[in-house]
Amino acid sequence: MNQVRMPGVLIALAASVALIGCGKKEEPKAAAPVAAAAAPAPAEVIVRIGHVAPLTGPIAHLGKDNENGARLAVDDANAQKITIDGKLVKFELLGEDDQADPKTGTVVAQKLVDAKVAGVVGHLNSGTTIPASAIYNQAGLPQISPSATNPKYTQQGFNTAFRVMANDIQQGSVIGTYAAKDLGAKTIAIIDDRTAYGQGLADEVEKAAKANGAKVVAREFTNDKAIDFKAILTKIKATKPDVIFLGGMDAVGGPMLKQMKELGIKAQFTTGDGGCSPELIKLAGEASEGVICTQAGLPADKLPNGQKFLADFTSKYGQIQIYSPYSYDAVMVLVDAMKRANSVDPVKYLPEVGKTSYDGVTGKVEFDEKGDIKNGAITVFEIKDGKLVTLKSEGGAMAAAAPAAAPATEAKQ
Amino acid sequence: MDTLLQQLINGLTLGAVYALVALGYTMVYGIIGLINFAHGEVVMIGTMVAFTVIVSLAGSGMPPLMILGIGLLISVVVCMALGWSLERVAYRPLRGAPRLTPLITAIGMSMVLQNVAMIIWGRNYITFPPMIEKHIFHIGGATFTNVQVAIVTLAALVMLGLIYLVHRTRLGMAMRATAQNPQVASLMGVDINRVIAMAFVIGSALGAVAGCMVGSYYEIAHYQMGFMLGLKAFTAAVLGGIGNLAGAMAGGILLGVIEALGAGYIGQLTGDFLGSHYQDIFAFIVLIVVLMFRPSGLFGERTGDRA
Amino acid sequence: MNEQLKKAAPWQRHWLAVVLIGVVLLAVPFVAALGGQAWVRIANFAILYIFLALGLNIVVGYAGLLDLGYVAFYAVGAYVYALLASPHFGLHLPFWVILPLGAAIACLFGMLLGAPTLKLRGDYLAIVTLGFGEIIRIFLNNLNAPINVTNGAQGITLIDPIRIGDFSFADTTTIFGLDISGPQKYYFLLVALAIMVIIVNIRLQNSRVGRAWQAIREDEVAAKACGINTRNIKLLAFAMGASFGGVAGGVFSAMQGFVSPESFSLMESITILAMVVLGGMGHIPGVILGAILLTALPEVLRYGIEPLQDALFGRMIIDPESLRMLIFGLSMVLVMRFRPAGLWPSPQRRRELAESAN
Repeated sequence: MNQVRMPGVLIALAASVALIGCGKKEEPKAAAPVAAAAAPAPAEVIVRIGHVAPLTGPIAHLGKDNENGARLAVDDANAQKITIDGKLVKFELLGEDDQADPKTGTVVAQKLVDAKVAGVVGHLNSGTTIPASAIYNQAGLPQISPSATNPKYTQQGFNTAFRVMANDIQQGSVIGTYAAKDLGAKTIAIIDDRTAYGQGLADEVEKAAKANGAKVVAREFTNDKAIDFKAILTKIKATKPDVIFLGGMDAVGGPMLKQMKELGIKAQFTTGDGGCSPELIKLAGEASEGVICTQAGLPADKLPNGQKFLADFTSKYGQIQIYSPYSYDAVMVLVDAMKRANSVDPVKYLPEVGKTSYDGVTGKVEFDEKGDIKNGAITVFEIKDGKLVTLKSEGGAMAAAAPAAAPATEAKQ
Repeated sequence: MDTLLQQLINGLTLGAVYALVALGYTMVYGIIGLINFAHGEVVMIGTMVAFTVIVSLAGSGMPPLMILGIGLLISVVVCMALGWSLERVAYRPLRGAPRLTPLITAIGMSMVLQNVAMIIWGRNYITFPPMIEKHIFHIGGATFTNVQVAIVTLAALVMLGLIYLVHRTRLGMAMRATAQNPQVASLMGVDINRVIAMAFVIGSALGAVAGCMVGSYYEIAHYQMGFMLGLKAFTAAVLGGIGNLAGAMAGGILLGVIEALGAGYIGQLTGDFLGSHYQDIFAFIVLIVVLMFRPSGLFGERTGDRA
Repeated sequence: MNEQLKKAAPWQRHWLAVVLIGVVLLAVPFVAALGGQAWVRIANFAILYIFLALGLNIVVGYAGLLDLGYVAFYAVGAYVYALLASPHFGLHLPFWVILPLGAAIACLFGMLLGAPTLKLRGDYLAIVTLGFGEIIRIFLNNLNAPINVTNGAQGITLIDPIRIGDFSFADTTTIFGLDISGPQKYYFLLVALAIMVIIVNIRLQNSRVGRAWQAIREDEVAAKACGINTRNIKLLAFAMGASFGGVAGGVFSAMQGFVSPESFSLMESITILAMVVLGGMGHIPGVILGAILLTALPEVLRYGIEPLQDALFGRMIIDPESLRMLIFGLSMVLVMRFRPAGLWPSPQRRRELAESAN
């Protein structure tokens, strides 16, 4: 028996080597364009920008949306015929799928580093963004996440990690304050979907609402794959809140709104950017009327570049899901930094990314010392007649003051 | 009291949905002892097909109920064909194979079906067009809709129909014979290949019905929806005693009610230490406790050493 | 066969093979690095999965207990490492303390799972273990309140890499003029651990305990009648399998520098089970092959599908990501269709199958 087993191990290992060997043989093919790019092309230089998001799995629709946003940005940048260091630059997007799996996220990150991309836009969720950020940091590649909101991402001390999306703290305080002050809510019920995003945002809303005098009468939870919320909604109904807040995505919010209606809950429904999308209106139908929600950034239709983006994106890829404007801006920020540094070398243009001051389709993009977006504007919307209507924008100064004000009020208590 | 009543109604509806899907699992399991892990995906395909049919007929001017009927019919037919081919292509060749082999095949098939659905229907969430106009009824302080009534009634009818089929018809007799001993059954002139194929076809038809009901109740569909639904339904089937039709129904309803009451009252029971985020745990803990005392589920027969 | 040779350990008889394997194992990370460090990382995950699959093999392959919640132990190990070597609690214990501790705690959880499920068989056991895996994951996801233990869905960041003195496994060092990158270092660590688990597996297979497991797998009642303490022996299987999972989790944690509950989903359990079954249950080389194939295949497809479609149709017809997972699923179906006992079943198992087919 033993005799049979040992060669077995040998063959298994040989197979593994062969497999890896095969992969190796394929690799030069993939890397070939890079090599060609590095060779002194007289007039044109190819710059690759990596993009990572889950393109398979439960949130693949958001991943594809992000990728489309980045793709549009690359097309637009190419249309501008940008010259850097005397050469015409042609941008290429290297889109990868991390399956929203942290392990695949690191492999893909390494793959982009190997492919010598100039910078990375991604990843979509915090769970893949954080482990990948260590790899980009080691390689000295700037990484801009369009949608990872976990505050820890930029708190790791990496000079390569940026995000163009307001983090949970900034957004949560605006919603919480709005609910308590503008809506005059005395009682609020908070639901989150137990994802890093939903949990983080809901916690901040709770803090801000409490600080402004509202009472949290129910704190309920669901998960991001659930479609039946009647049990928690029934429980909330019994506490008779003025406002209900959901920290979660539109796919949760849509059915939830319909079920609220069936249960006869009349409380004002509010949610963050994950649910502040045309998709929510599509999924909830009439039940979405009157919903109040927020998005990071300024309303796209109020900004000059925003309108163009909306039109271009819709005609090319259809409906925007949520984060594609941010991935568009993320690519543009990288391109802008390259222009200012007059170099496509990450070593040279990385410092410029931190100094960004760029008018994007989601508002002005500037980073603080950690890499978070500075003065991130937050816009409050209401859904009226099946459309997102701007109620107000808490831009620049206001949002910057809020975090400072929050600890003060806490101290008072 | 209103809240308790409402939670019971919520649980009952959710349970009926689970039960409908669980019946499909149990149908196949009862006969050949195979967990058809791809059943959740059959349900998903059922929803998607019905969605496509309904959307394409929406402008035709037919009455909504008729459109829903046609959608249901076509999705049942498609799922029956799917179930038949699943059995023919993936499971029949594995009939003497080690027990875990068909399990892996089933997992592989569900990946294939999910990705095919993603290619056909896209990655986005789909709004299932509401074909039944919702009426909201009030009893006490609780509410329920006509769709909920329809789901519960349908689940009960389907279960009764299946029990009739299995216990009162020739096909049912052949099924029971095959379940007990396929070789002897085939000696008695039962075409076991046909019987097993029929189990898959019927199970998948149930899946299609469940899919349409899920679609019209929640009005949302997604290519990954089958996984969680399948998992919960499978849990329900095991809770009731897998292979037992009435057990699947009871397990489904029980699971639904446990989930609703769990989410509603777990906080009060544990002094707010555990909240509704432990909703799913509640269901699994009940499952574990039940199986500790009744290792073959609530209604399962002791299978002895057929393990 | 010569008596003495028979008694000698396998490595004494096959020294040439051992040397060859050694050379190949040494060369892998450097050969793979030629294709990019990503392949080294893929190789690392492949070995990590070999580790996990061999751990699960003890439970499923040897003792025949269908476990769909194996990932729970992996998660326990990962979180033990993360909590004891990160700024989260401000603890930074060395890895040689944490890894055995992780194994021990995972082992405890293994028995915790084993105890109430001893009476269950087959599919009932499968669903209970599945539930157990989900329970662990849900707890990890929610234990940020009232006391913040796991930091919930946001996970734990800045986990220490494995470090021996000043020698850190996270960055590149130059040894004898050779640049050895972080992933390459982890590769050697993983290989060492994997060899350990392979030896344990081989020794177990031929031991008294191993035969007892086999007896339980084939017929539990008969095994009991033969005087085997089935309760203890089954618990032992769960405990041993779990402790391997615990070690693997610890290494995963150190390698990633970040853990969050989403890494420990049900799908992960299913993937590990698929490796064991696809490769050949209860047969060590088969399980290794299964683990390598299932880790490498999606990555090979990632590289291969775009050029393939280009070559076949001259353009993209179906976007490569959907096709990748589709082919992955399809290949699982096909392998099981044509090799029902796995790609590389043990000779004994193959014989049994041939007999039962007749």
